[in-house]
Amino acid sequence: MSSTPSQSRTSGHDAGKPVGLSVNGHDLLFPPLPYDIHARADKATADKQLLDFVHVATYRKDVTRKQVTSAAFGDRHGAFRDLGAAIKQHTLDHLDHYLEQFVDNATAAGVKVHFAQNAEQANAICLDIARRAGAKLCVKSKSMVTEETQLLPQLEAMGVETVETDLGEFIIQLDHDAPSHIVTPMIHKNRQSVARAFERELGAPYTEDPQELTQIARAHLREKYRRADLGISGGNFLVAETGSVVICTNEGNGRFCTSAPRVHVAFVGIEKLVPTLEHLGVMLKLLARTSTGQPLTVYTHVMTGPRRAHEHGGPDEMHVILLDNGRTEILKPETREMLRCIRCGACLNACPVYRKVGGHSYGAVYSGPIGALITPMFRGLANYPDLPNASSLCGACYEACPVKINIPKYLIQLRAEMVSRRITKWSDRMMYRMWARSLGRGWTYRLGGWAQKLFFRWQARVAGTLESGDPYRARGWLNDLPGAAGGWTSQRDMPTPPARSFRQWWDEQNRP
Amino acid sequence: MKVSLFVTCLTDTFYPRTGIAVVKVLERLGCAVDFPQAQTCCGQPMFNNGFTDEARDLARRMIEVFEDSEYVVTPSGSCCAMIHDYYPQLFKDDPAMAARAKELVEKTYEFYQFLLTVLKVDLKSLGAKWSGRVTYHYSCHLRGLGMTDEAVRLIRQIEGVEYVPLPKAEQCCGFGGTFAMKYPQISGTLVRDKVACIRDTRAAAVVSNDAGCTMNISGSCRRENHAVTFLSLAEIIAESLGLMEATAV
Ligand code: SF4
Repeated sequence: MSSTPSQSRTSGHDAGKPVGLSVNGHDLLFPPLPYDIHARADKATADKQLLDFVHVATYRKDVTRKQVTSAAFGDRHGAFRDLGAAIKQHTLDHLDHYLEQFVDNATAAGVKVHFAQNAEQANAICLDIARRAGAKLCVKSKSMVTEETQLLPQLEAMGVETVETDLGEFIIQLDHDAPSHIVTPMIHKNRQSVARAFERELGAPYTEDPQELTQIARAHLREKYRRADLGISGGNFLVAETGSVVICTNEGNGRFCTSAPRVHVAFVGIEKLVPTLEHLGVMLKLLARTSTGQPLTVYTHVMTGPRRAHEHGGPDEMHVILLDNGRTEILKPETREMLRCIRCGACLNACPVYRKVGGHSYGAVYSGPIGALITPMFRGLANYPDLPNASSLCGACYEACPVKINIPKYLIQLRAEMVSRRITKWSDRMMYRMWARSLGRGWTYRLGGWAQKLFFRWQARVAGTLESGDPYRARGWLNDLPGAAGGWTSQRDMPTPPARSFRQWWDEQNRP
Repeated sequence: MKVSLFVTCLTDTFYPRTGIAVVKVLERLGCAVDFPQAQTCCGQPMFNNGFTDEARDLARRMIEVFEDSEYVVTPSGSCCAMIHDYYPQLFKDDPAMAARAKELVEKTYEFYQFLLTVLKVDLKSLGAKWSGRVTYHYSCHLRGLGMTDEAVRLIRQIEGVEYVPLPKAEQCCGFGGTFAMKYPQISGTLVRDKVACIRDTRAAAVVSNDAGCTMNISGSCRRENHAVTFLSLAEIIAESLGLMEATAV
């Protein structure tokens, strides 16, 4: 995907101008490539306040998810996840069939369905629709896909004021920030910065009270809805049997965006299909509970075509832009499972790494464990060499995932691809091969263990940290190792082996 | 019952007392323990870092070394999970080896999984006693084995142990093998979080059953000046049964 040059950010934005400023094309999500995670991760882990927010919020969400899913599904939770996984997997296995079915049924309902191979095509289609409609003001509900295509700067460049209406996204847009979580975009923001943004951009009196801030935003947005002539949304699901687009929101903004303006455009990835409304029911139950711990999102819209003659509400025109943008590449059997994702965000909340580095450290639209898989797939493994590696493979994501994507397995698979494509550094490749070789024979293994012990214990003796006592237990400690091991000792001490190994004990027992 | 010990490379070198404790406990429970000398490493470091061919060679070696064993028991959740989760997949193009890998999977157990599911021990009836305030670190790789509170159940069977649950127990300690060295800040932040939780429990001893986690957490406790004793589950059980000298806490 070639990126659109990010729009320069205007500082000191005066209150007279429209506030619809792009967050898309933001260098937080589209950094120079290849992307190295260390600088941002180091900054994030040193940011006490950020850590507090993100860590506390994600941890709470994770606890809630566990409570709610176990209360709702009990022993059947595993079976329910199996079902969710099977529904998505089946759909992906027969994607061409269901896509065709969707297109036929949506078209019959009066929807104009468009195919976009990549971001440029998707945006071009949307700009064309906007131009024909003579759109001046666009209200937009939450969509990760439009972040992916960087749509907003382009709409604004052609003079369409575009306003994010999801409260979180609205705040992000006001503060020229970028979303850092696929479900909770402003999880990293503090109240003060929100209050300042409202004061600066909307001329509102400074307040940190969430209620008051919500009221200010609401008043501002009402006015926009009234005047908007274009509504843009994403789509949580597409139902093949009915040709419907489904969106799940909690604020009701999605309904305004998709029904008040004359024209509605939905941006949806091709992997969002489910076969029937019955399948949709299963997915909705899983999504709401794992995502936000609700039995169902407050608003679930199933939109099938534009307004019909006898109906009062709804747009005159409804478009669905089906986006590929690298998805058919992931559809190959080795990686297909990744496309089951319903973007519930549970893996982000469960991930210890995400909790500590926050979404922006991933340098991409999709962050967290699922982002660590699909970002390198979408934008090139060589461009994001850290994402598959910056994981302890703890498996919390896999356990949380409602559609059972085996994320650790695929992280390892991407690492293997890095090795085979020689993206992994030459020195690392040498080191692992030599290490494996020394482990491959009994005598070299013993020699290696012995040399390591000797070196570590000698260092500890010099440092004066060698303990005395039980030769199978007393050890020394190192706090300043050279080379790669320095990464270890920069954070914590390294224990040395005790004087004797298990094997020595075994030999001594004269056992067979 | 014949049991072969797979001690793992880290336990062999860094935590030999754990290996000794496993042998003593199993023998006390009536098992005949052997230690196939040719064993080295399960290949997890290679596999996790994408060196699949190298991991496959080590897996083949493991399969051969334990070919004749009735049961294979290991005091490491992560090495056990490596065998269970990935060995069959490593040989998916070689049906004969895949079948042998599957045999190994079926007879390989994490130490306390073995105690509970195969030997069905009840430490209470064996008169296990150990006194002190203890918390337990849950290693992430037990997830892959479908294990949850097995260790806690065993710890609670020991008379005199005052067990305190560790807050945020399911959050990774940040070890992750080479992850700890390649992403030191992330790993360091995680392990300090773990140390803070341990501090909150005011436990005198932490039962930690994976050598990697123990190196990480104990190293961080030392750096952060939090004095606490680390024991593997095998050690605390061996001590509670009088098979090893009790650690003073
Ligand atoms: S990978 Fe699974 S847990 Fe993560 S966002 Fe997607 S569906 Fe949710």
